[in-house]
Amino acid sequence: MLFKTLADPTRRAIFERLCREGEQTVRALTARSGVSQPAVSKHLRVLKHAGLVRDRHEGRQTHYSPQLGALAPLIDWTSQMAGFWQRRFDHLEDLLKRMDR
Amino acid sequence: MNKESTETLSVVTEREMPHPPEKIWRALTQQPLIEEWLMKNDFEPRVDHRFKFRADWGEVDGQVLAVEPNKTLTYTWVAMGLESVVTWTLTPTSTGTHVRVEQTGFRPDQQRAYNGAKYGWQQFFAALEQVVARTD
Repeated sequence: MLFKTLADPTRRAIFERLCREGEQTVRALTARSGVSQPAVSKHLRVLKHAGLVRDRHEGRQTHYSPQLGALAPLIDWTSQMAGFWQRRFDHLEDLLKRMDR
Repeated sequence: MNKESTETLSVVTEREMPHPPEKIWRALTQQPLIEEWLMKNDFEPRVDHRFKFRADWGEVDGQVLAVEPNKTLTYTWVAMGLESVVTWTLTPTSTGTHVRVEQTGFRPDQQRAYNGAKYGWQQFFAALEQVVARTD
């Protein structure tokens, strides 16, 4: 689902922009996307369906923000292992100190 | 085998340690020392040697791929659905050693998705990870 959703380059670019720059309106996103507003809106609906963005209505504008938590299944093992190796490096340094004695 | 090798993810951890590479090498390759900081094991720094790391939470199956004493050590790391390769690199510095470990791999349950995707995932994930790191 996530891969399929993000496989489209335009959709991925929209998502990446939201990640980089934070919450934005459809109009703001359209201005620099190179595609029409209905097309951007359609991509946003797909992203929303995948849980990758959240929308917030304010007056006549809809604001979209990225939901990074949705990416957890993809980046999970790397963040797990990053924490694992940091802790093991601490243990390794303790051992190296003991080896001096 | 299309793009499998480039569609993996990797984790890099590095740290300066005020000890010579030879000493760190021993800690990385000698069974009783490995056990002290990593896990129980039957490791040997010999290419093709198969070994296991054992912990309370489970086991890691490994096989030694490359050994260059006091410099680099590479082995496979297969555990809990993760198929990966771990590479240690020791670089002497004026005050000790720069220790770097890189783990590169993928989960088989993601493999099909990775193989099916013909896009710049690596770059994409690198960018995303930076974003995620900043939002912590």
